[in-house]
Amino acid sequence: MLTVALIFPELLGTYGDGGNARVLVERARQRGIDANLVVVGVGEEVPSATLFVLGGGEDGPQGLAADQLRVSSFASRVEDGSFVVAVCAGLQILGTTFCVEGRDDYPGLNLVDAVTRRAKKRAVGELAVRVKGRALVGFENHGGTTTLGAGVTPLGEVLRGRGNDGKVDGFVAERVWATYAHGPVLALNPWWADEILGAVLGVSLEPLVTVADDLYEERRGALKV
Amino acid sequence: MTWRYKVARGAVIFVNRLARRIGRGSGTVIGGRVGLAISGNLLTDLTRDRTVVLVSGTNGKTTTTAMITAGWGGNVATNATGSNMVQGHVAALADSLGNRAVLEVDESWLPETIVATRPSVVTLLNLSRDQLDRASEVRHLAELWREAVKNSPEVTFVANANDPLVVYATRDGARVVWCDVPTPWRLDAASCPRCAQSLRFSQTSWECECGFAKPSTVDTFTDGGLTVRGHPLSLDLALPGEFNVANAAVALTALSVLGADVPSALARLNGLTSVAGRYAIRKWGPRDLRLILAKNPAGFSAALPLIGAGELWIAINARVADGRDPSWLYDVPFEQLTGRKVICLGERRLDLATRLFYAGVDATVVDELDSLAVPGAPVTVVANYTAFEQWRQRTVEC
Ligand SMILES: [Zn+2]
Repeated sequence: MLTVALIFPELLGTYGDGGNARVLVERARQRGIDANLVVVGVGEEVPSATLFVLGGGEDGPQGLAADQLRVSSFASRVEDGSFVVAVCAGLQILGTTFCVEGRDDYPGLNLVDAVTRRAKKRAVGELAVRVKGRALVGFENHGGTTTLGAGVTPLGEVLRGRGNDGKVDGFVAERVWATYAHGPVLALNPWWADEILGAVLGVSLEPLVTVADDLYEERRGALKV
Repeated sequence: MTWRYKVARGAVIFVNRLARRIGRGSGTVIGGRVGLAISGNLLTDLTRDRTVVLVSGTNGKTTTTAMITAGWGGNVATNATGSNMVQGHVAALADSLGNRAVLEVDESWLPETIVATRPSVVTLLNLSRDQLDRASEVRHLAELWREAVKNSPEVTFVANANDPLVVYATRDGARVVWCDVPTPWRLDAASCPRCAQSLRFSQTSWECECGFAKPSTVDTFTDGGLTVRGHPLSLDLALPGEFNVANAAVALTALSVLGADVPSALARLNGLTSVAGRYAIRKWGPRDLRLILAKNPAGFSAALPLIGAGELWIAINARVADGRDPSWLYDVPFEQLTGRKVICLGERRLDLATRLFYAGVDATVVDELDSLAVPGAPVTVVANYTAFEQWRQRTVEC
């Protein structure tokens, strides 16, 4: 049984980010795995879940989401074995500090040593990242530059766009994946969705051929990666 | 008027007629650009002796502009082509006589357009996510509007009382006429525009712990019928959809504020059957198509219930004018289409087909338009901005 909990979509869902939770649930179900999507609204208790999904959001909502998560059982559930997929503002929230309007050191959840500062320019456009030899494709739209602590592994090397700092994007930690590729990045990269799903379920998954594979190839062609 | 104004206005008219004659589109932007190069104050000069209405908001601008124009009647200058920045405004005004104008305005251009045109009435329809890769985030737009409203005490704002972001932008205005109209899209206002806490919505109202809430008295409201500033009206629109009821309510309220004869305006609104190629049946070779524009999640949510029984084609592009990032497809409740078959068209048809696959909707990707079937019944074509334009140009009015 897989339970995917989508965290505060009303705060962290600016770019269709909820799509990532749907994709994981649907790809599990297509293989006959019992999977279920739980939407966690602001003010609600963070439930026990196999995997939490965090999306992106504007400054005010991002700060509020971090405040609410800080006083919730989110961190302890992750300590106890839940997995996390985070994009964009969700990535920043998992880190040490981030910036919101009027404040440059807003406290994150400090699950990962990652400090986000204000970049000179917003990064808006296609993002491609080399992840274990494959190209992850997506779209980024954020004003941050994120510096990882010495022990933190980035998700991969930036092939196009900015990601954390123009060199690397996101991070991976035990049971955690994070990228600046916002929105439905798992819909664009079915192979990455399956890699995460396989790790979460601890099984190797049967291949699943869908139109998403055609989309991935088309985007790779369009981004020339 | 100065010689510079006369030359600039003449240049706009000349260049636009030339552009149309040599087939370079409808020529609204290019002529406007030439005129503005000659006189930077052209928009102010062209509106100096005119009563001006501005219409802005994420969705419904073009339709509401058409409604106010039709309802007012007679000679009204308007940017009917949907070219809604300064070049389009200048082009619409230069080529038109008469002392009244209704202009559709891009949301981010609204503050400077208010300064330049000194309107009598500004209607604010709604604010929701749209083209996030190039427009500002929606809360930032609300802040821009808020400043503009504060700086315009002589303008009457006709504003949607049911959209928290619009209310946030307008509530400190000196003259505000509130319209309580259907506004089903709530995702962008789930958290309070003032303090970011979650807003509480009930059937008829909404409020926040911080005290920010729906205005307690409204001037215009719909409750099955329509009451505009105290006068019940029998609205019987030919245009479909609840969102067009909202557009009509705002349009009639604006006309009432302007002192227009509301009953005769209502009759003209009821008779509108098509706006800029939308809603009416159009011919594409042997096929009958009904085109619907839906360019963002709120627009799609409003359009999905209008889809008829016949074939359904959806066309999605992601050009600059559409927003280059089609992530928003995942905010559209396509799950409503479960059980239907959708033909996926447009430059981002694979993004659409993937989205529909995850929604559990039967989707077919068609690469070659020539291979599309010729169904007996009219086809509904829902398309986003540039995809809609392509379909409008491919088809002709019946
Ligand atoms: Zn509040």
